[in-house]
Amino acid sequence: MCGIVGLFLKDPGLQSALGDMLTDMLITMTDRGPDSAGIAIYGGDGAGAKLTVQSDTPEDSFAKLDNHLRKAIKGKVAMTVKDTHAVLEFQTDQIGAARTFLAENHPDIRVMSHGSTLEIYKEVGLPRAVADRFALRQMAGTHGIGHTRMATESAVTTMGAHPFNTGPDQCLVHNGSLSNHNAMRRKLRRLGVHIETENDTEVGAAYLTWKMQTGSTLGEALQSSLDDLDGFFTFVVGTKDGFGVVRDPIACKPAVMAETDQYVAFGSEYRALVNLPGIDHARVWEPEPATVYFWSHGQTPTAQAA
Amino acid sequence: MQTFDLEAQGLRALNSTLHAQAETTNQTAWEIVNPKGAHAIAVGLDAPIEVNVKGSTGYYCGGMNKQATVHVHGSVGPGVAENMISGTVLIEGDASQYAGATGNGGTLIIKGNASSRCGISMKGIDIIVHGNIGHMSAFMAQSGNLVVCGDAGEALGDSLYEARLFVRGSVKSLGADCVEKEMRPEHLTILEELLERGGCDAKASEFKRYGSARQLYHFNIDNAY
Repeated sequence: MCGIVGLFLKDPGLQSALGDMLTDMLITMTDRGPDSAGIAIYGGDGAGAKLTVQSDTPEDSFAKLDNHLRKAIKGKVAMTVKDTHAVLEFQTDQIGAARTFLAENHPDIRVMSHGSTLEIYKEVGLPRAVADRFALRQMAGTHGIGHTRMATESAVTTMGAHPFNTGPDQCLVHNGSLSNHNAMRRKLRRLGVHIETENDTEVGAAYLTWKMQTGSTLGEALQSSLDDLDGFFTFVVGTKDGFGVVRDPIACKPAVMAETDQYVAFGSEYRALVNLPGIDHARVWEPEPATVYFWSHGQTPTAQAA
Repeated sequence: MQTFDLEAQGLRALNSTLHAQAETTNQTAWEIVNPKGAHAIAVGLDAPIEVNVKGSTGYYCGGMNKQATVHVHGSVGPGVAENMISGTVLIEGDASQYAGATGNGGTLIIKGNASSRCGISMKGIDIIVHGNIGHMSAFMAQSGNLVVCGDAGEALGDSLYEARLFVRGSVKSLGADCVEKEMRPEHLTILEELLERGGCDAKASEFKRYGSARQLYHFNIDNAY
């Protein structure tokens, strides 16, 4: 069992309250996932590149990291440290050099996310504690996804927590369990895809990344996941413009959605949504099995049956 | 009428208060405010009382109901009226998966849609859905009636025993051993009473009846994998 929450704002007036609303939703889902929590939040002007990185020894790892990076990439670097995570901002064309520098010089630092607006924060612990550590309530943004984890398939670690970064400004959260993840991991590793842990969802994320690197759109990758991934899943994916939802054909993992003029919201259960403004008059429904849904800014919702 | 604020007073206090109502109670009308998607609201009731829930609920609302009427003015999460024995559960909105699962008796009315596995393993309950139902509904249903004014999803009535299924709209596919059957006068009589009980604006003659082909009752080597 796990909990998923998602909030996509149509009303720019709510952007300053995004972190606050998502944090309430996340904490409500503690019963479904008390062992770790994470959040992916999309904000900022998207003008540069952003890396969210994590270290188990932040005092050592992040000390003068921005100075070292500036020298290495010969460019501007802004660093904001939040507990075990740090957000590094560069000019867009320097993200490759920065990642190379980190990979070669900092085995202690793990990349949580990369893109231009996405930041991912995740740690082991109760959702309320994780939210406090990263001051999630204070964050503003256009949309975000949160996850509370009750591990069934693999260890309770930071790297086993959700969301998983699948591509630039893309992320995945999962409720369920994939049953063919070992075979799929072997297949993807043979194809050269890097998979760090024994976690089933990381394989799902790596699968989507691989599909998109080999020519699929995110929608096509989600569609093909219905054929290639076996097991139970409700996936919520974050993109730069919005988010998508897909459930496996059996659809035993719960999902409920609500839409008003101000937002589209996702919750594993309705009680995650009850404090959203205007929820009593929202359109509330359960997403269909084996159907890919997308919401994005400037576009009407789409649903595509498998 | 008794009003109970679930957010202020808590779930355990609510259910124990409702359980304390005897057969002869004078407090027959209850209103629950601020349900806020909570689980297990009004479960295990056993008195002729009417409980109005003013909002949407989470898992297992009205489970194991006997005698009582539970009326939800909103939508319900998974497992509404699970294992109901008698009485009525009425949902104004939609119901999530396995509505009315394993129900032995009573009436479950859903005015919106029900999702997957509606009436799974039903054992005598009557389920009346004004909208559509999802896949694998009435799986291994044993007895009782399932009435669907809209459409049914995939694998309706898979491995069905003796429940009667009445569907007005389309059926995406029938499950193993479920077949369409002739609608005889006695079935129309049963269905007319169910439609009236469910407050459905539909004619019995518009429905088709589905039931068990009874080919899975006995071991057949051709069914083995």
